[in-house]
Amino acid sequence: MLDTSLSWNDIFFLLRGASVTLSLTAWAVLGGTALGLIFGIVRAGGPIWASSLLGAVLDVFRSVPLLIQFVLINSFKSILGLDWSAFFVACLTLSIYTAAYCTEVVRSGVLAVPKSTRRAARSLGMTYTQDLTSIVLPMATRVMLPSWIGLTLGVMKDTALVLWIGIVELLRASQTIITRIQEPMLVLAVAGLLYFLMSYPLARLGARLERKWKRQ
Amino acid sequence: MLHGALVSLEIAALSMVVGTGIAVFLALSKRSSNQLLIGFSNLWIGTARNTPALFQIYMVYFGLGSLGIYIDSASALLIGIAFNNAGYLAETFRGGLEAIPGTQLRAARSLGMKPALAMRLVVLPQMFRIVFHATTNQMVWALLMTSLGVVVGMTDDLAGVTQELNVRTFRTFEYFIVAAAIYYALAKIFTGSARLLSWRLFRY
Amino acid sequence: MIQINDVHKSFGELEVVKGVSLAVTKGEVVSIIGGSGSGKSTLLMCINGLEDIQQGQILVDGTDVHARSTDLNVLRRKIGIVFQQWNAFPHLTVLENVMLAPRKVLGKTRQEAEAIAERQLAHVGLSSKLSVYPSKLSGGQQQRMAIARALAMSPTYMLFDEVTSALDPQLVGEVLDTMRMLSTEGMTMVLVTHEMRFAREVSDRVAFFHEGRIHEIGDPEAIFGCPQKPATASFLKSVL
Repeated sequence: MLDTSLSWNDIFFLLRGASVTLSLTAWAVLGGTALGLIFGIVRAGGPIWASSLLGAVLDVFRSVPLLIQFVLINSFKSILGLDWSAFFVACLTLSIYTAAYCTEVVRSGVLAVPKSTRRAARSLGMTYTQDLTSIVLPMATRVMLPSWIGLTLGVMKDTALVLWIGIVELLRASQTIITRIQEPMLVLAVAGLLYFLMSYPLARLGARLERKWKRQ
Repeated sequence: MLHGALVSLEIAALSMVVGTGIAVFLALSKRSSNQLLIGFSNLWIGTARNTPALFQIYMVYFGLGSLGIYIDSASALLIGIAFNNAGYLAETFRGGLEAIPGTQLRAARSLGMKPALAMRLVVLPQMFRIVFHATTNQMVWALLMTSLGVVVGMTDDLAGVTQELNVRTFRTFEYFIVAAAIYYALAKIFTGSARLLSWRLFRY
Repeated sequence: MIQINDVHKSFGELEVVKGVSLAVTKGEVVSIIGGSGSGKSTLLMCINGLEDIQQGQILVDGTDVHARSTDLNVLRRKIGIVFQQWNAFPHLTVLENVMLAPRKVLGKTRQEAEAIAERQLAHVGLSSKLSVYPSKLSGGQQQRMAIARALAMSPTYMLFDEVTSALDPQLVGEVLDTMRMLSTEGMTMVLVTHEMRFAREVSDRVAFFHEGRIHEIGDPEAIFGCPQKPATASFLKSVL
């Protein structure tokens, strides 16, 4: 067997880190998608001034490194003297970051629904909201899903950066173990495997849905 | 700090050049019929796209160190980002290649061109146009990724310099806001020039 | 001379060329007519090695096209082919499209290649379009460019694979005029075509391709005027 100092405790430590990764991802995707849906619909069909303003603001969040955003929001909370946990700061930042990208995904999804279809719905007497919920969103989801899955997977990988504001997720956990037992390749291999295992099911699901919908 | 920005740009540019070259190789490998090449290509692309970029940088920085190869943080950052770029771009290039009808290659071969020549003169130029937007996006991404260098101890790039100033003066918010503004400006300048460039290049 | 000896070609389980033999001598114009899917285009693709064959032999000036030792790239300089979908290189201008192969394959200098290209483009009537990109040309113009591109290699033989089938009717004429001109200049041509009148007018021999074989072959007047076999007759009746 392998001659290693890696103990089962260490493995559990890594798994706990992985669970932190997953929970951060879940919160970020939840918040980000909710915001993204609203912003995306505004950007796709709302008034021009709102759309451009929103676009410009969200663009900032896509053009600044996530690491810098963590630091900024963290220090901002300190300046305001707020008593937020690091975890909350991380979730907040990641949610806004996710929302910035999700908005574009939603926007292209909504724009992909042919105008003629929407006009037909309105001609039948449906209100704007009914058109949106019964016609646009179901059709748009088909277009959006592959990108959204890609986005979710991306966020999961981005959670690694929260180590900078002191949260112990999977990568930080592996770093701790490496410093102790000095076997970087092995520990990183295990961590890599965990990352892979966390992303694979979702990626496969996405690929399968894409194939299924392509056939229809 | 502006000098730091320059360093970041250098690293990003270099990682893109290397990454693009490897990506072409990976994309062609994946489309070949050689099982070994396909496997290698899939392994690279799979790792690059399913693990965090920081993880990949760690692999280079800590991992290679344990094998006896000493890597300084700048090189680790460069190699890590290049590795990541190659993986993502390979998929983009593969999609681009698939969009070019096989008849183009056939027409080129019918004129007597060897496969490599036909690829170079006919197929790859067309792929370049198809993937241009995605590739420039990746370049901006690479620039933003250079900020990860600070986690492995870089002090020369924009994020590293900012952190140094932060540690010394504890004026976190001020310095990092400026850094954020610089990143934003660089990203915008880059995408703007890319759009201009594509307008000039792709007149057909 | 192109010698096709008892060639069989299959795509997986489906045999599309079932034992075809044909000899084309220098300066001859042979038209191949027949219904869709009868294997005519496939046969053409076999002549310059774009498709492999399962049985038989194709010799071009004595060289076996499908032998392992044959350098196809060298052989293809002798055989020009024009496809139904002209396959213009979209990222190059008309002049560059035609110049590319002479420069990169034949090793001509820039000036030499340019001169050759300009001559061939004048030959097909496209002198005014040299610095235009193919996307701005009509189908007929792009097809003529494709012909010039093939001619720029100074081939001994020219193959035409239904080159007018994808064109709007009013653009067909200009391409046929170019091909007619080539035939009077003595180019050896094998054309797969649906243009019956053209085939009758221009060919030295017409072959009727049916179910993977050359069903009937002969003088254009004989084939079109009094076809011997019933299948030929019924095909001609359906298209004329």
